Amino acid sequence: MTGAPASSPEPAVARRAGRQLPWARTVFWLYAATLMLPLLWMFGMSIRPNEDILGGFSIVPQRATLDNYATFFSDSSWYSSYLNSIVYTSLNAVMSLVVAIPAAYAFSRFRFAGDRHLFFWLLTNRMAPPAVFLLPFFQIYQSVGLFDTHLGVAIAHMLFNVPLAVWILEGFMSGIPREIDETAAIDGYSLPRFFVRIFLPMIRSAIGVTAFFCFMFSWVELLIARTITSVNAKPIAATMTRTVSAAGVDWGLLAAAGVLTIIPGAVVIWFVRNYVAKGFALGRV
Amino acid sequence: MTVTEPVEDPAVTAAEEPDRRPEAKPKDNRAWLLVLPVVVCVTFTALIPLMTVVNYSVQDIFSPSDRIFVGLEWFRSVTRDPEVRGAFLRTLMFSAQVLLIEIPLGVAIAVAMPRRGWTVSAALVVVALPLLIPWNVVGTIWQIFARGDIGLGGWAINQVPGVDFNYTLDSTDAWITVLVMDVWHWTPLVALLAYAALRSIPEPYFQAAQIDGASAWATFRRIQLPRLRGVLTIAILLRFMDSFMIYTEPFVVTGGGPGNATSFLSVLLSKIAVGQFDLGPAGAFSLLYFLIVQIVSYVFFTVLTRSGR
Repeated sequence: MTGAPASSPEPAVARRAGRQLPWARTVFWLYAATLMLPLLWMFGMSIRPNEDILGGFSIVPQRATLDNYATFFSDSSWYSSYLNSIVYTSLNAVMSLVVAIPAAYAFSRFRFAGDRHLFFWLLTNRMAPPAVFLLPFFQIYQSVGLFDTHLGVAIAHMLFNVPLAVWILEGFMSGIPREIDETAAIDGYSLPRFFVRIFLPMIRSAIGVTAFFCFMFSWVELLIARTITSVNAKPIAATMTRTVSAAGVDWGLLAAAGVLTIIPGAVVIWFVRNYVAKGFALGRV
Repeated sequence: MTVTEPVEDPAVTAAEEPDRRPEAKPKDNRAWLLVLPVVVCVTFTALIPLMTVVNYSVQDIFSPSDRIFVGLEWFRSVTRDPEVRGAFLRTLMFSAQVLLIEIPLGVAIAVAMPRRGWTVSAALVVVALPLLIPWNVVGTIWQIFARGDIGLGGWAINQVPGVDFNYTLDSTDAWITVLVMDVWHWTPLVALLAYAALRSIPEPYFQAAQIDGASAWATFRRIQLPRLRGVLTIAILLRFMDSFMIYTEPFVVTGGGPGNATSFLSVLLSKIAVGQFDLGPAGAFSLLYFLIVQIVSYVFFTVLTRSGR
């Protein structure tokens, strides 16, 4: 019996093997459609004029307009907060990677005093509720002059992104056999030279994936970013929570802003599709 | 009909695959130089703030110059505060419901996901999309979608005679909205994790099951489920942690209300900390909250480092 699977007696059996229940495909695509429905609905809202949204319920927009997007790009409080978010998330991704890459290498290649404790300590910071850090962040960042600056938010988000980056990179790096390091050492490469010339190029896709996740988790964070900013570095997420004016909520504009903040994720999703689970599971899948 | 012996092997071999051998790593304390930047960085972003919180939690602070040491008084009052207790139970209840729904649903989706052909990529992209949406936008999406007047979801529910769904007024409706939103947002993560594990099962195992005439259930129970064990542990812990500290989505949709129906621990804590600026109680609350998360993290860490090697 043990030999049977490998030599698959009939092609017909082989083709059918591993096949799912007949209705599995249908159920899956139904689920996928349900998943997309709220998203499409928000997109539908973003291209309707506000009179139509509040004028009465309709499934298909009566009139399509780009006015909400035009408003977004002409009002500086909207587009500048969008830019603020891009600036501090990019800054954060770069800074997190710079400190995390050597550390991840150390964790994947060496044992050293307290390595397990340190590794665990990093994890607890990734898992810590941001609400816990609100008060001290508010006070410390004000006293050192980082309050309401892009750099301040970027540093604050390193709280969870540095541990994330170390864990993901360590997962990727441990998948690369240590024999490569040893061969390079025999060939006379010093550690820094080996690292830059051989190792970094080998893990460049891992670095890309990690950078993406740092960007993403910083992009989605609201609580800390909102607490340590007021005007100059105010994130788009905070602007979106303050759309209530005297005339009520501007639903169309809110939906348009929502669509625009999804874009960074939607643009790269194709490239990271096989790594999404890995990124969220800290490189452990 | 059950599947014969060899088919059960994958779980065993998976556990024994020597992916990483920590004992083979050379010991070198100079590696500390490589982790030093991380330590400095995390000291500034995590350790110092945490010490500040400890400092708050044992003092009654009237002004920077006028403060008295109160010992564990704040801890006592926080653990007795009915509002905090309510939020704690609510958050636990929420996490439990999230796990009960998302884990089985995620596994079912993973099993149903296409496994070959171009549809694989399409399926991955569609399923991954909710995970890459900013959390406050997830809130915005559902804030619109679940409204009775302008949202498709709320509108559809209200078409049922006798139902008046309104998440801004009714606490049950608010709870359901937040729960459905979380299921929509995070079930894809469970599905993707499970799917990654399922794809690693070699095709011959399915062929053997086929030849043995195993039913779909037996194939799932004997071949697929054992492979999922490690991944599901990760999924359960991740989902527990993230749902236990949920803030942004309920904040956007319900703001913790109506009343305190969706006032979870993080929502309440940030209200006490930033809204009322009660340093002492907020500090004590934070530390207790942090402690719970720390304990779960430790379980998580043990599981991850064991299953990985």
